[in-house]
Amino acid sequence: MSADGQAGSHWFDDDAGPVVRPYAMTRGRTSHAAQHRLDLIAVVVTEPHVDDPEADDTLSPEHVDIVELCRDTPQSVAELAAELDLPVGVVRVLIGDLVDEEYVHVSRPVPPAELPDESILRDVINGLRAL
Amino acid sequence: MIFGRTERGKPPVEPVTLKILVAGGFGVGKTTLVGAVSEIRPLRTEEVLTEAGRPVDDVSGVEGKHTTTVAMDFGRITLREDLVLYLFGTPGQERFWFMWDELSEGALGAVVLADTRRLEDCFAAIDYFERRDIPFLVGVNCFEGAARYPAEDVRRALDLDDGVPLLLCDARDRESVKEILVGVVQHAMKYTADRRRRALTT
Repeated sequence: MSADGQAGSHWFDDDAGPVVRPYAMTRGRTSHAAQHRLDLIAVVVTEPHVDDPEADDTLSPEHVDIVELCRDTPQSVAELAAELDLPVGVVRVLIGDLVDEEYVHVSRPVPPAELPDESILRDVINGLRAL
Repeated sequence: MIFGRTERGKPPVEPVTLKILVAGGFGVGKTTLVGAVSEIRPLRTEEVLTEAGRPVDDVSGVEGKHTTTVAMDFGRITLREDLVLYLFGTPGQERFWFMWDELSEGALGAVVLADTRRLEDCFAAIDYFERRDIPFLVGVNCFEGAARYPAEDVRRALDLDDGVPLLLCDARDRESVKEILVGVVQHAMKYTADRRRRALTT
C-alpha cells in the first residue's frame, strides 16, 4: 500500500489488488470440513480413476488445475498454493472439495504429533550430505 | 468407454514429507539460507487482520480491508523420490506469530538464525521453540564485516540451555547450510530419544 498519503491517488494494475478476490473462488467459504487433515506438507494425490475433470461442470478451473498438477507428481499443499499463486486458505478449501468428490486423496504418512522413524531420519541425514 | 489415463502403469510415488522451520529476526538471512539448498518459492496466505497489527498495517483508504497477505518463503529438497524435506522461513514480524503454531505442528525441528550484531532479534524465536518443546539449534550467521565472537560467548549471551547446539554458519554457503540442517535432524533424534528415556524412568 502506498504510504505517500496522496489523497485520491490512483491504483493501477496489481496495486489495485486481484481482479477476483481470492475467496470468490471458494464461493466465500474460508474453511472446509476436511481441513484438519491438510497440513502445509500434506501430499495431494489424484485418484487413478479420474480421467477428465474438465468434463465436470461443478469444478472451477482452479479445481481442474489441482487435479491435473497432482496426477503425475503428487504435491504438497504448500507447493500447490505457490504453483497456482493462491493463498493457502483458498487452496485448502478447493482440495477439500476434491476430496469430497473423490477426485484426489490426501496422504500424510507421518502423524504430525510424533517424529518419524529413526531410520527415516537417518535417510534424511544421508540424503542431505549427498546433496 | 474410458481411454488413456486409467490405463497408466504404476501409480505415482507418494513421498514421505518432513519440514524444518527457519526462524530469526528480520534480515538475518532466512531467505538466503533456504535458497542456498533449495529452489525457493513464495507462499501466500490470506490472514485476518488483528488488533495487534492495527498500528502497523496502514489501512487508511481501504477501511474495508480485513485481511492481510502474509508471505513466507519455502523450499523443497528432494532427498529421494519418496522422501522430501521442506524448509519454511517463518514470517519475521511478531504480529504474524499466530502462523507459527500451524507451521510448527509436526515440524522435525527448527533453525534459529542469529546475527551477532542484533542478537536480541532472535530471543523471541528461541523462547517460542523452548516453550513448545520443539528441538532447535542456533545458527550464527557470520556476516562479512561483523565481529566474530567465540561460540561460547554467543551461547552465554543467548542464555542457551546446554543441550541446544550452536553452530557458526554462512547462510549463503550450500555446504554450511547442509551442515546446519544435518545438525537439526541429529539434534531432533537425540532430543526424542532423551525424551523417551525420561518418560520411561519417571
